[in-house]
Amino acid sequence: MDTSMQMKMLMDMRRVRKMEEVCAELYTKEKIRGFLHLYIGQEAVAAGVINLLNAKDNVIATYREHAHALLKGISSRAIMAELFGRIDGCSKGRGGSMHLYSVENRFFGGGAIVASGVPQSLGLAMASKRLKERRRTVCFFGEGAMAEGVFHESMNIASLWHLPVLFCCENNLYAMGTSLMRSQSQTDLVKRAQVYVMEANRVDGMNIFDVVEKTKQALEYIDRESKPFFLEFQTYRFRPHSMYDPEKYRGKAEVEKWKTRCPIEALEKKMKEQNILSDEQLRDMDRQIDQELRDAVIFADSSALEISSDLEKDVFAPMKDQAYETHL
Amino acid sequence: MKLTYRDALRQGLKEVLLKNENTFLIGEDVGAYGGTYAVSMDFWQELGPEKIMDAPLSEAAFTGLAIGAALGGLKPIVEIMTVNFSLLAMDQIINSAAFMRYMSGGQITIPLIIRMTTGGGRQLGAQHSNSYEGWLAHIPGLKILVPGTVEDARYMLRFAILDPNPVLIFEHALLFNMQEDFKDIPKDFSPYQAKLRKSGKALSLISYGGMLHKCLEAAEEMLKFGQEVEVIDLRCLRPLDEKTIFDSIQKTHRALIVEEDWKSGSFSAEISARIMENCFSDLAVPVQRLCRKEVPAAYAKHLEESAIPQTKDIVHKLQEMLT
Repeated sequence: MDTSMQMKMLMDMRRVRKMEEVCAELYTKEKIRGFLHLYIGQEAVAAGVINLLNAKDNVIATYREHAHALLKGISSRAIMAELFGRIDGCSKGRGGSMHLYSVENRFFGGGAIVASGVPQSLGLAMASKRLKERRRTVCFFGEGAMAEGVFHESMNIASLWHLPVLFCCENNLYAMGTSLMRSQSQTDLVKRAQVYVMEANRVDGMNIFDVVEKTKQALEYIDRESKPFFLEFQTYRFRPHSMYDPEKYRGKAEVEKWKTRCPIEALEKKMKEQNILSDEQLRDMDRQIDQELRDAVIFADSSALEISSDLEKDVFAPMKDQAYETHL
Repeated sequence: MKLTYRDALRQGLKEVLLKNENTFLIGEDVGAYGGTYAVSMDFWQELGPEKIMDAPLSEAAFTGLAIGAALGGLKPIVEIMTVNFSLLAMDQIINSAAFMRYMSGGQITIPLIIRMTTGGGRQLGAQHSNSYEGWLAHIPGLKILVPGTVEDARYMLRFAILDPNPVLIFEHALLFNMQEDFKDIPKDFSPYQAKLRKSGKALSLISYGGMLHKCLEAAEEMLKFGQEVEVIDLRCLRPLDEKTIFDSIQKTHRALIVEEDWKSGSFSAEISARIMENCFSDLAVPVQRLCRKEVPAAYAKHLEESAIPQTKDIVHKLQEMLT
């Protein structure tokens, strides 16, 4: 990674971190309600992977997807307005934290059913292949998804039909409060992918350099072979699963130990060692990010609510006025 | 010209597959085998494996794949072998296909068709003989078509393929060999309206799919007793064409709903409730229902038959209501 790329990664990871911290604060002020799953600790994964994609590439993620949405190009204004339940939200306030969407940015959710996006990513990849659009498709999910039946069905089909999906497993060790060791018989997740005759690799998800290097290799393989690739990112969430989680299932010492591997601090340290990051630059970065988020919150707070009489709109897409006889 | 329900489905399916470049059929044994009910027999050989995709036994995954393909700009047609197997894909159908447009604030369209065989009467036992179209009609975001005639089997798909929404089509297992007179598409054909299959003033007999023909037989039988029963074929459970139902009841003042599903929480309950809410003062007698007995489907022929409403049961009920 050259200097500007490292700077971009640092900036994006810090933006994500700060946005999530602001969300947590707004949650306690009851500006944001419902379920809120924060990404703090895992930033290197979304930043590293999505920065290697093109705007036209498809991303489908999970309910812990603020970062992926932001980095795929949805504005912090549209995300914040969505969390506030307002009309200017990226899903018009109908989706909420777990259902961020933007067709324009090729971001297809935001799904609250674990592993439900996995088979959908196959279809996105198939469509791109058939329509010769050369879009890549990246599917993010947690290691918990690997216990779902549909995950295995999908891996089998992706490999069998050569569907070029980059499967990004963000292994943060806990499916809500149940640890990998307590929920899955084979905890070597790379092996699990290889069973389906699929290329796979393990990545240090706390190290942006490793994320970028191995994702690059995977994307090159996908572009060249038009086949799927599986990456396991070993990572950790520093915060509870959601705002309701009392965290009885893991010890403080474990969390503190992982915090010493914070991907943002690690990159800062590395950049300082290379003499390519000054404190002045960090302060500048903070100012920019603070300004972006202050603006996003003001925007969200002043955005209107959707009028209740529109409640029943958009259940169905309108029928196009087509003459059936001429069509067929 | 005579045509079977199966051949009508075949023609309809082939037409949309040929005409729409981005359409493909995906499901279990739709290709090399030719379709469990032989609807896509020889399509694989003629149209090739890209158009006719034999999927592994992974209902959730290939339904989810079809949703993704629709998001990506294709027009998938999924075949689920029987309605009971659709339970394995229910998460994808409901949580994603039905809800995605709404929860994305109207950005997403999912032009998806899911065809499946429904209904009992073929001694296939408890796990192959159900009617879950009423259940699925409960879900906002899904359109539910229930072709009961050869004409509908032939032409509904032509409209479904142009619909930018998820459309579920339930083909009744007992109708595949049924032959009917068949004409070219009527000018005013729409799959989303109920249709009077027989006019009459004595009573509105409301049904769809496999039960429709038993209702028509029963109505014919009632002519012997001088009673002209009106038979309504619902054709589409969501969106529901209430007007045809209410107009009929304003004329007949009596309604009997016949459904192959269990009575508790069934679609007939929904129809009955809507009649009560909207036509209460038009009713001369309470709305009645004939439904499947509340037991899982039995294998033995006599047991299965006595659980499902038969023509004689409908006649009996009609006589009871009209005297």
